[in-house]
Amino acid sequence: MNIPFPDLTPVLPEIILAAVASLVLLVELVAVRKGPIGGIGIAVALFLLYLLPYTHGETFGGTFVSDAYSDWFKIIFLGNLIMTTLASFQYIQRQHQDFGEYYSVLMFATCGAMIMASSRDLITLYVGLELMALSTFILTAMKRHDWWSNEAAIKYFMLGAFSSAILLYGFALLYGLTTSTDIRQIGAHIATTGPNPALLLSLVLIIAGFAFKIGAVPFHMWVPDVYEGAPTSVTLFMSVGPKAAGFAAIGRVFYEGLGALQPDWTTFFIILSILSMAVGNIVALVQKNIKRMLAYSAISHAGYALLGIVAGTTEGLTAMMNYLLIYAFMNIGAFCVVITMDCRNDLDDYNGLAKNHPLLAAVMLIFMFSLTGIPPTAGFIGKFNVFMAAVHAGYTWLVLIAIIFSAISAFFYLHVVMNMYMKPGAVRVRVEGFPTVLAALLIAVLAVCVIGVVPSVALR
Amino acid sequence: MSGHEHATVEPQNDLSYPILAALLALPVGAVAMFIGHQYAGLISYPMLSTLIFLPIFGAVAIMLLPKCKTGLMRWSALCVSTATFILSLPLFTHFDRSTAAMQFIERTDWIHAWRIQYYLGIDGISVLFVLLSTLLTILCVMVSWTAITDKVKEFYAALLLIEGSMIGVFCSLDLFLFYIFWEAMLIPMYILIGVWGGPNRIYAAIKFFLFTLVGSLLMLVGILVLFFATGRSFDILVMMKTNYPLTMQIWLFWAFFAAFAVKVPMFPVHTWLPDAHTEAPTAGSVILAGILIKMGAYGFLRLNMPLFPEATKILAPFMLALSVIAIIYGAVICLAQTDLKRLIAYSSVSHMGFVTLGIFALNTQGVQGGILQMVNHGIVTGALFLCIGMIYERTHTRRIADYGGAATLFPVFATFFMVFTLASIGLPGTNGFVGEFLILVGGFKASVLAGALGATGIIIGAAYMLWLYQKVFFVDANPGLVGHGSDLNVREVLTLIPLLILVFWIGCYPNPFLGMMDASVQQLLERIASAGQPPVSQTALEVLK
Repeated sequence: MNIPFPDLTPVLPEIILAAVASLVLLVELVAVRKGPIGGIGIAVALFLLYLLPYTHGETFGGTFVSDAYSDWFKIIFLGNLIMTTLASFQYIQRQHQDFGEYYSVLMFATCGAMIMASSRDLITLYVGLELMALSTFILTAMKRHDWWSNEAAIKYFMLGAFSSAILLYGFALLYGLTTSTDIRQIGAHIATTGPNPALLLSLVLIIAGFAFKIGAVPFHMWVPDVYEGAPTSVTLFMSVGPKAAGFAAIGRVFYEGLGALQPDWTTFFIILSILSMAVGNIVALVQKNIKRMLAYSAISHAGYALLGIVAGTTEGLTAMMNYLLIYAFMNIGAFCVVITMDCRNDLDDYNGLAKNHPLLAAVMLIFMFSLTGIPPTAGFIGKFNVFMAAVHAGYTWLVLIAIIFSAISAFFYLHVVMNMYMKPGAVRVRVEGFPTVLAALLIAVLAVCVIGVVPSVALR
Repeated sequence: MSGHEHATVEPQNDLSYPILAALLALPVGAVAMFIGHQYAGLISYPMLSTLIFLPIFGAVAIMLLPKCKTGLMRWSALCVSTATFILSLPLFTHFDRSTAAMQFIERTDWIHAWRIQYYLGIDGISVLFVLLSTLLTILCVMVSWTAITDKVKEFYAALLLIEGSMIGVFCSLDLFLFYIFWEAMLIPMYILIGVWGGPNRIYAAIKFFLFTLVGSLLMLVGILVLFFATGRSFDILVMMKTNYPLTMQIWLFWAFFAAFAVKVPMFPVHTWLPDAHTEAPTAGSVILAGILIKMGAYGFLRLNMPLFPEATKILAPFMLALSVIAIIYGAVICLAQTDLKRLIAYSSVSHMGFVTLGIFALNTQGVQGGILQMVNHGIVTGALFLCIGMIYERTHTRRIADYGGAATLFPVFATFFMVFTLASIGLPGTNGFVGEFLILVGGFKASVLAGALGATGIIIGAAYMLWLYQKVFFVDANPGLVGHGSDLNVREVLTLIPLLILVFWIGCYPNPFLGMMDASVQQLLERIASAGQPPVSQTALEVLK
């Protein structure tokens, strides 16, 4: 049997990233100053990506595909990697977790996410997912001697392992019923046979597995604890990366593979979406810690992005992709502000910030209004886009529910603004605005403003 | 330490000169462009965009000024707002009164994928509000001159941002653009109330924000439904020519009603207004009462009525009922107020009830009276809030019981306040009379009961305003008031004089203002009158000929 050597150009970004990540891991073992190596490695990887030929197409027997859809998500993942790196440099030194592995594990996680976005086969998808998940577990535990960080990592690992098992069980059932792991062949098979109870069971299991990754209710229990316990730079990374990867996989599996079962899975996603918006926004109201608040906010944003999936149209898929890009910028921005504040991350630490650091407060104000979805910020454009898709698909009632929770969310986002602008500062919190994180902030705030005013520059 | 501070201040001083130059160049350039356009025909320039973006860029420029230059910030805010006002004057002089069509149109593609355009234009309904916004902003800048001492930079930036977005709302002919301006205003307004407001400001600010946001979001859903029902278009003029099915019209009417009724505010959703108006700084109250709440009624005129004419006809009695409730309820509550600002705030509920009564009377007198009364209310209530702000700056109390005998202490102030009080009551010769008279004529034509009940509102209005005037300015002088500064200074008199002129101008000769809206109002009413009737086919018309 003569297996032809696969075409490597579509998979080049992943190869480069994995190779550079391994190299960084090795070099850092012997390096004296570890700080710059990760950054240099990521810069080299990006430069190579820019330099080397990269084509659309499928490879490895159709199990791996790179197209406009996967490109979009890869841009989000790589952007997330860049922003996380910028935000990490001095932060991880301050936190005494400047370990050599940090940047290479970040790269491995990004690589896993990229494989997920590109996989058209359940096995490939699972491999990408596990690479990403295991890397994120490690990142969460990066503060080795910190009790919270370890607890968060254990929780994340246990629940993550369960969810992976559930997902795998769903995949196994699907394989048993359709005799294939290729997503397109599964789609073709289901189109001819139609739904049956076993298929629906596998559907439920797969949805549960992915819902865990995107942090949708009722599979959200890990989110607040892990977001709070993990180092903030890691929280930043995983509030965008794994979530977007989960959505990428959902789009691929459900639109390409399980399109014939759309009426069935739509119901589940509607439930997930409503629950996420409800629980995320309502529980966020009573949070005292900003990282926990942003965790619940992340849960609710998964709910909004799910509206695009619920719409079930190409328009909806596009809206979901746009939403995730916008969410990435505003969420990264908000976490960058959290990183610059050297404190316990209580909401009260933000009291009177506008007086001492007017510029930082103004930037945070923009991110908070963007997360609320007030024009002329990007957050509004994102919400508008998913709402538009959902209304067009006939889910006006769902959009009505979404806007009610959107209005509720204004309350806790404005709480931050209120603390910053309208309350006197009690204790002066130390603000450490080192250059790289300020650069990340600048990028994020520019993106949020520019996308808000001229969305056509960035959106599909 | 002091040497170090000195070193940091020095470069800021150097930096301020180019910024000052840029700030002056902004309005001067705009005015020069205008003069060039008018008198030499050299440049044709986008009139409405200038009005919207001059204040916004002015706000950005003020944000860039060094923190210590508070005087420069005030002067530049005054400069920018005055330039905007001067530039808005051609809207009054060059407005074509004979047509109902949109004028000063600007139109370019904005977000092509969603068929969103940057589409501006004004007609007889919106033109007066643009002028009112530009005028009131100058007065707001002036009245805050000494009242705002903390975070001066942010204050004037917020004020100018509000001005830009308000003008944007009145000029937008694309529904998406309209919504952007409509919502964008929330952010600076929230900050304005919450940072510089009274003791209960945080509560008032969040209440204002949440009420408005919920209403607006319901409108957003309505906008989306409308977008698809119109065949993927946000163009308001196209929507005005589309006939939607009746059930859809009614649903959409309620969705838009939610946004506009909160802003007006109409009876059941008015509770944010007393808090917001009372706690806001003077400039905030003037903007809120003068223009912001007009946007609600303007929304009814611009969107609800022409877009959903059948639903309007069906729901008009309900709207009349809500208006009458607001008139009487607001007026009665005024009688029980102990706080100066709160009283004026509740009187706004009552006065805006008149406005909606006129609008939903659906006849020429009513609608014209409603629009004129909106302008009047902006002038008079704006002036009353300005007056209260001026006296508060001296006495630092808003309790009516703390006053008394103010007429002997501040005679000039008392005279101004008298005129505005009488205008608020609607004394003939003042602008309030013209507006309320037209509204009541229209109201009686639409429903005798609504007209009669509305008229009682005027009587109660006279009662509470005269009672207020007596308590504050006459009776025995409160000894606590003596020694709280002198009468109005030149800046304050200059702030009030333009409004005083307008009170009498509109009161004695309203034709220039009514004439502006004539054609547009006629077109609007024809659209409503012809709604629901089967369209006359081309052949039938030919037979008639």
